[in-house]
Amino acid sequence: MKRLRRVFLLFAVFVLSCGAEQIPATNRIDTLVLARQAETGFPPSEPCSDAVFVRRAYIDVIGTLPTADEVRRFLSNRSPTKRAKLIDELLERPEFADYWSLKWCDLLRVKSEFPSNLWPNAVQAYQYWVRDTLRHNMPYDQFVRALLTASGSNFRDAPVNFYRPFQERTPRKIFDTVALVFMGVRLDNSGWSDEQMLGMDAFFAKVAYKKTAEWKEEIVYSDPEKQLLHPVTKAPVLPTPPGKSPLTLEKSADPRVAFADWLTAPDNPWFSKAIVNRIWFWLMGRGIIHEADDIRPDNPPWSPALLAYLQTELVENKYDLKHIYRLILNSDTYQLSSLPTPENAGDEAGFSHYRVRRLDAEVLIDAICRITGTGEEYSSAIPEPFTFIPSSQRTIVLADGSIKSSFLEMFGRPGRDNSLESDRNNNVSVFQTLHMLNSSHIQKKIMDGPRLRKLMTDSPGSTERINQLYLEILSRLPTPQEQKIASDYIAAARSGTAGFYDLAWALLNTNEFILRH
Amino acid sequence: MNSKTALSLAITRRNALRLGMFGAAGLMCSDWLTLKAAEVLNPIKAKAKSVIQVWLWGGSCHLDTFDPKPDAGYDYFGKYDKPIATNVNGIRIGQALPRLAKMADKYSLLRGMTHGNNAHEVASYMVMSGTKPVDGIVNPAMGAVVAYKKGYGAGYEGLIPPYVALTRPQGRFSEAGFLGSKYQPFATGGDPAKTPFAVEGVIAEGVSDERQQSRRTLLGNLDTFSKAMEGSPLIDRMAKNKEDAYSLIMGEAKNTFDLSKEPDALRTAYGKNTFGQSCLEARKLVEAGVPFITLNAPGWDTHKKHFEMMAQMLPQLDNGLSTLLQDLSDRGLLDTTVVWCGGEFGRTPKIQWEAPWDGGRSHYGKAFSHLVAGGGFRGGQVVGATSSRGEEVVERPVYPWDLTASIYELMGIDPNGTLPTPDGKTAFISPLADKSIKIESGGLLREIM
Repeated sequence: MKRLRRVFLLFAVFVLSCGAEQIPATNRIDTLVLARQAETGFPPSEPCSDAVFVRRAYIDVIGTLPTADEVRRFLSNRSPTKRAKLIDELLERPEFADYWSLKWCDLLRVKSEFPSNLWPNAVQAYQYWVRDTLRHNMPYDQFVRALLTASGSNFRDAPVNFYRPFQERTPRKIFDTVALVFMGVRLDNSGWSDEQMLGMDAFFAKVAYKKTAEWKEEIVYSDPEKQLLHPVTKAPVLPTPPGKSPLTLEKSADPRVAFADWLTAPDNPWFSKAIVNRIWFWLMGRGIIHEADDIRPDNPPWSPALLAYLQTELVENKYDLKHIYRLILNSDTYQLSSLPTPENAGDEAGFSHYRVRRLDAEVLIDAICRITGTGEEYSSAIPEPFTFIPSSQRTIVLADGSIKSSFLEMFGRPGRDNSLESDRNNNVSVFQTLHMLNSSHIQKKIMDGPRLRKLMTDSPGSTERINQLYLEILSRLPTPQEQKIASDYIAAARSGTAGFYDLAWALLNTNEFILRH
Repeated sequence: MNSKTALSLAITRRNALRLGMFGAAGLMCSDWLTLKAAEVLNPIKAKAKSVIQVWLWGGSCHLDTFDPKPDAGYDYFGKYDKPIATNVNGIRIGQALPRLAKMADKYSLLRGMTHGNNAHEVASYMVMSGTKPVDGIVNPAMGAVVAYKKGYGAGYEGLIPPYVALTRPQGRFSEAGFLGSKYQPFATGGDPAKTPFAVEGVIAEGVSDERQQSRRTLLGNLDTFSKAMEGSPLIDRMAKNKEDAYSLIMGEAKNTFDLSKEPDALRTAYGKNTFGQSCLEARKLVEAGVPFITLNAPGWDTHKKHFEMMAQMLPQLDNGLSTLLQDLSDRGLLDTTVVWCGGEFGRTPKIQWEAPWDGGRSHYGKAFSHLVAGGGFRGGQVVGATSSRGEEVVERPVYPWDLTASIYELMGIDPNGTLPTPDGKTAFISPLADKSIKIESGGLLREIM
């Protein structure tokens, strides 16, 4: 038994970490990370293998499993710069905008009904707009400005929906969300004084809403007559950035513009920090400040120098988010193996090995659908009669958080209720395991999926078929040992077909498939 | 009668008086706070072990079911003009429910249900969570709270998850709310009226035990990555999850989902349809110790063809629910099982004869009826009343949070307790416990507890 384990370990090391090509250590991220790791005493793991890298990059950057062909192409490429090249390609793929619009729509609470109540037409317009800005790589400061200063119809001027997903539409509720989403600050937890918060609320005091003759259409606008009164003194509260003097604006001026000016200024203490920390969290699984949306003086970053470096890079590169993605993805730190070493196994907060975590619900179901050649059926009961989403559409572009699916709920898709990163739950559960192991949902996909069937049209037990299945599902070739286990199993099965389906089932149920690693 | 009971009764009467003058909105938290101060000193002992929530998705119309109005005129009662007497003096219910009429001593009717909201999602949220919508936080449904308070780590050790939905999740909001997916209901999927009842993940059609076993071995042999990662807490947890999952798939627990061994006469009495067999399955889950079962019965959202639909659905409801109450009672389980039947709202008392509805009833949150039985609720009582056409609550309103707080108490869960939220805010189990908000209340259902 012990010997068997040793054999497995050897294979594992072979499969998961050999063949890596060193990228020259010109990336300043690595210098800063290594310096910090020297302090914490957790040295980094080995670099990850090409097979691990290709799968990881596809899943992390575009939320999409690479095809067997894409894996083969990458593995057979001999260029020393192929990882950097793949990163560049992925950042330009349309799925980049699809996948990251999913994340942004989580934060922006894009959902037709309770409790956000944007309504389907507005949801479609809003998600399309977000996706479009990502497709064109709109500079982040412009993206935020567009959301914050939007006026107009929820159906026609999509970014106004930023101001609509609140049950209570008060300046405080608006600022609460602005602080969380764009400053990474949880007001309740921020240590800000009531007066400071009031001064910020005042920027949103003029936000007003009105209905039109079109059903569920709503206009968001700035009403010059509205003002925020101090709850105690009843005097009008002037918009006041923290630590600055109150702003005296023209009555007709929209204070949200002044807010956007303040927020997106290069020296704003929160703006660039919050977004580079979020991107780091999205790619690395843990923020430099943890949690990624809990920035406050008593929650220090793991490495202040690293955070400051990324902020500088963002500002100097005109708020080009892809630049930050590229920097992180090209770092040795990102490209470490997920296998811990005896020296760094206890490292919880640092980045000495890649953090293993479950695939996002949407990414997982898309991957299963892709492998099997099947689709999901989504429909919306809002409003009746039902709307049916074509089953060819991928789940990562499902715009509406109100469209229900037991699979997505079970795998922790966020409710889009509160703009917190923790609204997405990537924990593992017994329900999930049961579903993957034994549900008719997954079973049917395996048995009826045209793509899998095509894969094994003849000689399902052959080396080539088994290789292909491994590439499709695990994005790597089997080890000789695995190859033998698989072909023996298929040879012994009731029929080659049944054996092949069981193999596909088993690979889909490995933790290697379900996790990003 | 001790002084505390006297106090709550007095408040109820005063409420009723105020209602008469000001309508249902007249009750504010000040009444509740007085009431609560009295109750905290006098907590009642847990009586209920399980709850079966029979959720009529879309709501039944009280005029057709539990609050008939034979004098309201054809435009209101439509087809149902002759309510029938029950085995309890003075209580009459809808004529399409003859079997339930024979056992009114087993249940009580809440005729003053109200919350005033006519939108599915908000109303479902209010009734299932027993809370009012507040920005930035989605409260868990009652089943999730019970799973949190009475599930794993709190005394429950069954293999079947502590919160089960037959057969689908609610659909209009996420039941687990801020408690997170750990407390989601286990939605069975499948159809209990079919053999086998293919419970999603537990019973796979066409996969023999032998094949399950050989697949499991294959998977074990191929999980190279997990072996390399041994010692990682996440990988260990996933291994434990697989073990637990297989205990369900291969073990005894799946017998709980096997209805084929139940006597045919009993299956017939429940009704050989999805609703009836779901009621039977709910009983089996109670026997297995599952603390919260939601039976999501669709089809009550009858904007059109209302009476045609009712002709099918009321007999199913009558057979399924009456047999469930009888069966639980015969097995000595009714005393420890709350059966709660109702929807997110009622339907408009006035029938919409005009096109395009052509005889439909729309959403109506102002006044509707629920039924409660067992688990510490007394039977044979009527709580509250509506006006002559059933359009207003005129006596003893019951808000969703009054009802859920009452059930929490019967389960031995303190409604004044708090729940952990992701951002560390305080969330009370019942909004009635939250002194910072104003909330309408008719008080707990003391009169039938």
